[in-house]
Amino acid sequence: MESLIYLIPIALVLGLLALFAFLWALKSGQYEDMEGAANRILFDDDDTPTPQKKEPEEKSKDQD
Amino acid sequence: MTGPQNAERGDTCLHCGEPVPQGSAGGAQFCCSGCHAAYEMIQGMGLESYYQRRCLDPGQPSMRPDDDDTRFDFQAFADTDEQGVTTLHLMVEGLQCAACVWLIETVLRQQPGVVHARINMTTRRLVLKWTAAEADAEQLIGAVTHLGYRLAPYDPSLISAENQQREKQLLRAMVVAGFAAGNVMMFSVSVWAGKDMGEFTRNSMHWLSALIALPAIAYAARPFFHSAITALKARRTNMDVPISLAVILASTMSLVETVRMSEHVYFDSAVSLVFFLLIGRYLDSRARGRARAAGENLMGLKARAVTILNDDGSREVAPPERLKPAMKFLVAAGERIAADGIVLNGESDIDTSLINGESVPVQALSGEKVFAGTLNLSGPITVEVTQTGEDTLLSEIVRLMEAAEDARAKYVALADRVARLYAPVVHTLAASAFLGWWLIAGLGWQDSLMIAIAVLIITCPCALGLAVPAVQVVAGGRLLQRGILLKTGTALERLATVDVAVFDKTGTLTRGTPHWVNRDAISEDDIHLAASLAALSKHPLSRALSREISGVPAAEGVEEVPGSGLKLMTDDGEVRLGRRGWCGVDDNAEHVEAELWLSRPNVTPVRFAFSDQVRVDATETVAALKAQGIHVMLLSGDRDAAVKAAAKAASIDDWHAALKPADKVDRLHELTNQGKSVMMVGDGLNDAPALAAAHVSLSPSSAADVSQTAADGIFQGDKLAPVLEALHVAKYADKLIKQNFALSFAYNVATIPMALAGFVTPLIAAIAMSTSSLVVISNSLRLGLGKGFTLKRQTDPQSNKPVQPAAHKET
Repeated sequence: MESLIYLIPIALVLGLLALFAFLWALKSGQYEDMEGAANRILFDDDDTPTPQKKEPEEKSKDQD
Repeated sequence: MTGPQNAERGDTCLHCGEPVPQGSAGGAQFCCSGCHAAYEMIQGMGLESYYQRRCLDPGQPSMRPDDDDTRFDFQAFADTDEQGVTTLHLMVEGLQCAACVWLIETVLRQQPGVVHARINMTTRRLVLKWTAAEADAEQLIGAVTHLGYRLAPYDPSLISAENQQREKQLLRAMVVAGFAAGNVMMFSVSVWAGKDMGEFTRNSMHWLSALIALPAIAYAARPFFHSAITALKARRTNMDVPISLAVILASTMSLVETVRMSEHVYFDSAVSLVFFLLIGRYLDSRARGRARAAGENLMGLKARAVTILNDDGSREVAPPERLKPAMKFLVAAGERIAADGIVLNGESDIDTSLINGESVPVQALSGEKVFAGTLNLSGPITVEVTQTGEDTLLSEIVRLMEAAEDARAKYVALADRVARLYAPVVHTLAASAFLGWWLIAGLGWQDSLMIAIAVLIITCPCALGLAVPAVQVVAGGRLLQRGILLKTGTALERLATVDVAVFDKTGTLTRGTPHWVNRDAISEDDIHLAASLAALSKHPLSRALSREISGVPAAEGVEEVPGSGLKLMTDDGEVRLGRRGWCGVDDNAEHVEAELWLSRPNVTPVRFAFSDQVRVDATETVAALKAQGIHVMLLSGDRDAAVKAAAKAASIDDWHAALKPADKVDRLHELTNQGKSVMMVGDGLNDAPALAAAHVSLSPSSAADVSQTAADGIFQGDKLAPVLEALHVAKYADKLIKQNFALSFAYNVATIPMALAGFVTPLIAAIAMSTSSLVVISNSLRLGLGKGFTLKRQTDPQSNKPVQPAAHKET
């Protein structure tokens, strides 16, 4: 039973950490555009693609 | 013509996916030069993988770059800060899928000077930031509009941040309540399970629960307290009053019990009650978020600019509010007219469909009146303002609409009606439990109060609070997938009670675009000749002709005479395709349809007739509505003959023609006074007041902005079936909501006697509350999972009969 004395605070602190992490994410606008976020991951080039960069991509597609 | 000419099957345009007309200016692979240029531009920037990634959404407007675009005063909306970075907020029209977002963002980021370009896919809004010294708005926006998207600036301060703020606050409250509920439950479970637990340990558990629960409740239950206080101040009671009471009493009582080191501690119930209810609130608010964004986008689109012609001949671009009577302004082909006025010079065709529902353009010669909101089709005109702002026909319609809306605002949502009955019952029960145990049964007041609180917690409308929003969220999601957007929260409830359906004609029952109907009467040679003239014209009748006849290349040297027609010089003389008088026809016979005449030297002119066709499934839809016992009516502003023809084609017996906007409203009021629930389906500006006056209203996505704002819901696509779908989902949702109410009442009926008898322990309260909520939520989910929900089979058994393909027979 003595272990509760430190286990309960640990559990609470972990829970609080998660809570604050979520509140921070909410505040920083990460929940503004759920739809966009889900789709953005499919477009891997976050940076402006340069003409050289898209070259290897060329091979993988081209059917249809 | 420059495009690649060797496409084996150049059926659809490589850029916009629309059919390629023969002799297209964009070459064999593109429907127009605009698409070709857009394709080249994308290729040139190394972004062609866009075409592999995208999926075209037929519900969205076409991606064809339009040269008839309305101009906006971008500078007025751009905001430059001290560092020289200009910010512009824009709404994006024509987004097909995530690939479009990627394309627009990438194209913009490649422009010099752009520092930030990000589209919010949910709200379809773009934030663009650039260094003012390096680029200007027109140029950046041009890069995107050339791709076929339409951008409109808006003022972010006009878009209510308030709702968004409230939604965020709800989410924060929900998360805090969730955290607290989880942790408090952890302690509660150990207390319930640990019967052999020492008193000290149990008390510490209670103290820890209090430590977590009390601040969390103070923070997370504020939305309920707030609403309860507002209601009480107005001498009303709502669902939030018993909720607040239960939460406050339960936590105070639990605190007292904790201090007294007693056993009955209800922190877990209080917190999870708040948590469950917040889930309901948040879902409710989320469901409306998207619809709200759509409505706000419509509002923002008012920012159109006009070109004012000053007396000294100089021109300036300004917002339409600056127009005053007697000022002159220019309207280019393809622009909307900003104010009522008289044409000073120039000739053109005006598309008045927004005002009166007439699908065929009218001719505008100098000296004729034109109205704000109508579309100038073929030639540039100069207009002298006669009326502005408040006095225009448009404002008149908006006023009518607002008056009608007032009446509808009085509708009380089902949940609130239930709450009005339910809240007093709960209070009476709790009070009588307290008084009964204390005075009659002679129990101590603390124990009596405990029982009363248990009653409050048990009866607390946790499941009731979820009953409506859970169903609405699922139904809203389901409708959205089918291209139906409900804008108001109670629309679903109101749809479920409809017993009269009123349709508008042009653009609603019909497609709103003319269709060529007398092909059989015209020789192949004439057809060929007419089509070669019409191929490149943007006039709706020419387009209707070219749609029907493929394989005819455009003739070289066709000249468009605004307001009259098309002409072509041939070796034999001048060939004309256009208005009756201009083609030298003396025939004065009146016809229902719109017409084009083809005249050649020494040959009798040939008449091409066009009529507006009813939508493909109009007959089916009307039949299905009738089968459901809904009376169908047609109210139109159009001429008698045209309305009669459309009514016959859609087999509607009850039709009325030549109605003014106010007449339509009167008709609806008449029906309402007879105790009917009227659903109005309409698209024109002239329908807007009626849309607002009806019990519930739907509007196709092609409708005028004002009408879309007035309607409760918007549906996409070429068919009327969404109307049936909406009705069906509404009825199903209504059934589920009632089931949910029944379920939660059943729970209460079973548990209230236990609570009254004093058997309810914190454990039983917690179990009863969570299970009833879960049952209600799972029941609501049936709406989304429901298999065999295909509309045709379920709602209209008669629809197997062949649909009349068209209304041609009416001549």
